Amino acid sequence: MGKRIVYREWLIQPERYWGLLAVLAGVIAVGGASALYMEHEGHWVTGMTNSVVWGLPHVFAVFLIVAASGALNVASIGTVFNKPAYKPLGRLSGLLASGMLVGGLLVLVLDLGRPDRLVVAMTTYNFSSIFAWNIFLYTGFLAITVGYLWTMAELKGNRFQRPVGIFAFLWRLALTTGTGSIFGFLVGRTAYDTAVLAPMFVVMSFAYGLAAYMLILMTSFQWDGRPIGPKILKRLKDLLGLFVSSILYFTLIYHLTNLYGAKDADFESFLLLHGGIYTFLFWIGWVLVGSVAPLGIIYHPRLSKDPNWILAACALVIVGGLSAMYVVIIGSQAFPLEIFPGKTVLEFGAPGDVGGAVAPYTPSLPELLLGVGGVAVAMLIVSVGIRVLQFLPESLSDKDMDGLAEAAV
Amino acid sequence: MSREVDQVNQERRRFMGVAAGAVAGTAGGAGVVVAALSSGVSSDAAAAPRTEPVSDRHRWGMLIDTAKCVDGCTACVDACDEENGLNLQAEPLGDDEAKWQNQRSAWIRKVKVQDNASGVVTNLPLMCQHCEHPPCVNVCPTGASFKRADGIVMVDRHICIGCRYCIMACPYKARSFIHEQVVQKLTRAPRGLGCVESCNLCVHRIDDGNPSPACADACAAEGHHAILFGDLNDPSGPLRQALGAQPNRQIRENLELNTGVRYAGL
Repeated sequence: MGKRIVYREWLIQPERYWGLLAVLAGVIAVGGASALYMEHEGHWVTGMTNSVVWGLPHVFAVFLIVAASGALNVASIGTVFNKPAYKPLGRLSGLLASGMLVGGLLVLVLDLGRPDRLVVAMTTYNFSSIFAWNIFLYTGFLAITVGYLWTMAELKGNRFQRPVGIFAFLWRLALTTGTGSIFGFLVGRTAYDTAVLAPMFVVMSFAYGLAAYMLILMTSFQWDGRPIGPKILKRLKDLLGLFVSSILYFTLIYHLTNLYGAKDADFESFLLLHGGIYTFLFWIGWVLVGSVAPLGIIYHPRLSKDPNWILAACALVIVGGLSAMYVVIIGSQAFPLEIFPGKTVLEFGAPGDVGGAVAPYTPSLPELLLGVGGVAVAMLIVSVGIRVLQFLPESLSDKDMDGLAEAAV
Repeated sequence: MSREVDQVNQERRRFMGVAAGAVAGTAGGAGVVVAALSSGVSSDAAAAPRTEPVSDRHRWGMLIDTAKCVDGCTACVDACDEENGLNLQAEPLGDDEAKWQNQRSAWIRKVKVQDNASGVVTNLPLMCQHCEHPPCVNVCPTGASFKRADGIVMVDRHICIGCRYCIMACPYKARSFIHEQVVQKLTRAPRGLGCVESCNLCVHRIDDGNPSPACADACAAEGHHAILFGDLNDPSGPLRQALGAQPNRQIRENLELNTGVRYAGL
């Protein structure tokens, strides 16, 4: 009989806890006010136009939703793939996943032209739309995650843990595929019309979700003075390295696929060479900051052992993730639609309409505040959750974790 | 005090009575007008009156002869703006002019393209192509973006939630999102903040038994006759005759959407 994992509520000093809550509540309030402002005035106050119809809020929302499904992986590794070292990490994984999903969905919903008609979206369906499917995928994910958490936390539920875990794992794969497919099946759009986007989103979710998970885990442990052993840290950061490398691989395939089809050469030269902000965000944000730099830290002989550097690598992956979302979502809208292949568009309607040219888009402050508000919602849910319920293991030190491995079934 | 209240109440009752009568009267009057209108046009070429459900007996479409479309002429755009109240849109105070041009709703636009190989310049009006397999209808989560039995692709403004997925999906950049508060609008073309809209082939005219969109009428009035509107299902009708008489194609034919709008000389 091996050791039992002991979970404890987050025991940081009340002043610190309430201070954190106050800050998060403030950020959420500002985000809510921004949404209200945009809804009241209309989307003209944003940078969005009829050319770039999805702006910065979608970048945050899609990132949060994608990362949410990835965050649940940590629990899956423990229960589905039976790695005992990951078992103590499972509860936080479920909580973070639900928190980020709620945050992302809120941003998505509040950016609708008619958020007041949410009930219409919940009652009127067109099942040929991936959006309609996603409504079920997202709400289902929430319900399953809550059930999954119950099987992890309640003794009576323990025996359902594996089947529920497997179901949750399959569901999250469907969810990310569905999110990737929102973009993947738009035939008219050069950048999107490729099936590789769906698996690429799955791999991205692995990396972003794990990075967010590690960031929350390490910070909450640090604040509370709980130990994380070098062994589990090494496992986690090695896994992150693997996921980030996979993103690079899929990125390469994505661009090679586009380059191979001669028709997409224009789009590739736009994105990779002279797309301004999009080229910058691709090379500097997505590739350098989000992939190469964290990989350098993760596999560096000395830095990879320093928790602070690992923390930095996680943060970089997240910055890279937001850049990648910006490039994928906004860059591909800014690039002109190819309506007349083999022809050059000289004029496209009213002056100022950008039919044949790259569409301008400058995100406005309310859009940014709404997006950040969604992140704060996720963090608030996690903060309150770990404070009032036993989500965090008391210790992840090597000593405590070693005993666990023996207890494995 | 109580007498005052009574007086007010009586006043209110009287007002409501008058108002109710007025509403009933207007509704009845409108009904008579509609009935008169619809009974006036019931030839086979015309659409069914509003009392009958739309059927797939017709499939409305257009042939645009680009050779007749004149450089610099915007008669179709102006007519559409007027017919569908697009000219009533007001730029919100404080919005950037260039940005507004990309935010205002446009149902039809004059496009000028040059062939990369031959250098030939072509003018054409571009609007919703009324696809048989419309991507915008496919992706709409609520079914607000829909295709009528007679082939017209349009938006049900009552269930559009403003997600803009249809704009992402449309290969023709035919759809517009209403970015601003709408102050003025026409009854025949209601418009509201936060919903998506696009060309509906002047569906109100079709349903009133006058199937001829404003753009086609305006083009003909200018003497250009570049836009021929008609029924794609009627083998002996003018549209099918014209389609058979000269080579024509769909824009982005490779997407196999079977558009209702066809172009000659492109």
